[in-house]
Amino acid sequence: MLAEQVRDSERSWWVPVACIMLAVAFLFGAMVGPAGPAWWRVPAELLNHLPFIHIKTGATELQSTVLWQIRMPRVVLAGIVGSMLSIAGASYQGVFRNPLVDPYLLGVAAGAGLGATVIIVAGRASSSSWPVDPLPIAAFVGGLIAVMITYSVGAAFGAAKSSATLVLAGVAVTSLATAIQTFMLQRNTDVVRQVYSWILGRLSTATWHDVRLVLPYVVVSTGVLLWHRRLLDVLRVGDDEAQSLGARVDRIRLTVVIAATLGTAAVVSVSGLIGFVGIVVPHLVRLLAGSSYRRILPLTVLLGAAFLIVADIPGRILSDPAETPIGVVTAFLGAPFFIIVLRSRQGASR
Amino acid sequence: MTSLAFVDVSVKYGSSIAVQGFTDTVRPGEWLCLIGPNGAGKSSLLRSAAGLVKHEGGILVDGSPLHLRTSRRRAALVAHVPQSPAMPDDMTATEYVLLGRNPYVGYFGNESKHDRMMVARVIERLDLEEFAERRLGTLSGGERQRLVIARALAQEAPIMLLDEPTSALDIGHQQQALELVDSLRREHGFTVVSAMHDLTLAGLYSDRLALLHQGHCVATGPAEQVLKAETLSEFYGVSVTVLHEPDGTVVVVPRRTVPLA
Repeated sequence: MLAEQVRDSERSWWVPVACIMLAVAFLFGAMVGPAGPAWWRVPAELLNHLPFIHIKTGATELQSTVLWQIRMPRVVLAGIVGSMLSIAGASYQGVFRNPLVDPYLLGVAAGAGLGATVIIVAGRASSSSWPVDPLPIAAFVGGLIAVMITYSVGAAFGAAKSSATLVLAGVAVTSLATAIQTFMLQRNTDVVRQVYSWILGRLSTATWHDVRLVLPYVVVSTGVLLWHRRLLDVLRVGDDEAQSLGARVDRIRLTVVIAATLGTAAVVSVSGLIGFVGIVVPHLVRLLAGSSYRRILPLTVLLGAAFLIVADIPGRILSDPAETPIGVVTAFLGAPFFIIVLRSRQGASR
Repeated sequence: MTSLAFVDVSVKYGSSIAVQGFTDTVRPGEWLCLIGPNGAGKSSLLRSAAGLVKHEGGILVDGSPLHLRTSRRRAALVAHVPQSPAMPDDMTATEYVLLGRNPYVGYFGNESKHDRMMVARVIERLDLEEFAERRLGTLSGGERQRLVIARALAQEAPIMLLDEPTSALDIGHQQQALELVDSLRREHGFTVVSAMHDLTLAGLYSDRLALLHQGHCVATGPAEQVLKAETLSEFYGVSVTVLHEPDGTVVVVPRRTVPLA
């Protein structure tokens, strides 16, 4: 009993550490970049936006605007996107009991892209009077259909036995969705620009409007996923045993997949394709804090945000003023990491 | 103490019949052992009682149908130990035993202090303290088997279903595991239904045997009635000698059918 409590407190020190890492990444992200105030003026400038605080920072009006209207939305959005992709990745890994899946490998992103293309082609102008922007919803439906197809194809061909089957099914679904999308774009060349600007994302031109657009989806999705963290641990012993322990496996899996897909589709609709976050961050967290989803999920939220904020920084300085897309940076980091994960798994299975 | 009754239970996978019309009542605190050749339907019968396969007929716990219960309530009544349990390598032993508390934790809830205390007590009872923080991947077969039993014990279910609990163990650990189940049964008054291949051990630890063959129950009763050379040769197709020890133990000894050259 005592040992139990000691153990828990030993491991929970990761949460404050992750919070500090996120705060550092956040400040660093706000300090770096062209045309803003000097870096040492940034903390005070940010504090000025809290109620009842007025500090003379010596920054010009223009510099404050650059910081608050250009840099901050970008940092905040990168944080939201990073934490959402990470917790979605960890959750998919949990419900599919497969450490190699992430929202991209499962075809969610391609499905969401196809859904968005369909709605844009079908005439977005005519729907501008809708009370809700239909684009994220279309992306969500596309993503959900894609992940359902991936899972049922994978399950039909023995995904339970080999984790590679599910990934291969995801690759097939991704190719199919991309092919349909290409075909549609070829038939409707007038929307190519619009669709591609959606796919490449708007992180570099992020506004507070984008933050407000995705935040509700991300809050709901993250909340639902965090609530399931204990049940994801129960699922680790397999469907049958989880069921004999009284868990309603199908319902849990469906709920988690829908929540993760909703969040992913929403962030993809503002950030564009950013691969590997959903696989790199959960694996780093596993290395640091063990394999229980009770610790993995909260930590991926914090560290995923920190990771993407930091990954967004090279894009701003490397080829200033032309931006390096953030997806390129994460792929540079993520692809080698993925190979290391594969290698270590091969070692473990020997 | 709780009774478990099977009333005309049948299990089908597509068109193939695994269990056909099995009827039996396991008395409170009794240990019933299912024996029979591979594919006789032992596992299917246990899985039907654990709610893992669809079945026809009724399964009653203390007289009330199990299928009317919610899945969590059912798990609080019946604990199932599968033949080859999935044990994630990087899960710790305590985390694993804690899974047994799932039936008592709400969908969005977390384990209470009581749940953790219960797990600590189970770990202590089974002398697993030294493994509590170890990862499952680093444990031996015997240690793992004790952990699986610990998880079932943490489930606090009055009925325990054991599917080949000793198939992966050497003779010493087989004896240890079965002694453990037997002593726990006497301590807590569990009702136990197990499937076993070793006929001597089956007869030694259980109160009663049920011999299944192609889904049908062909013989049931105490070991000395069921374990007969002619019965075993008929349903297993083996040639055995059945010895009766003075203390009542029935020993089944296989015989060579091809003479030594």
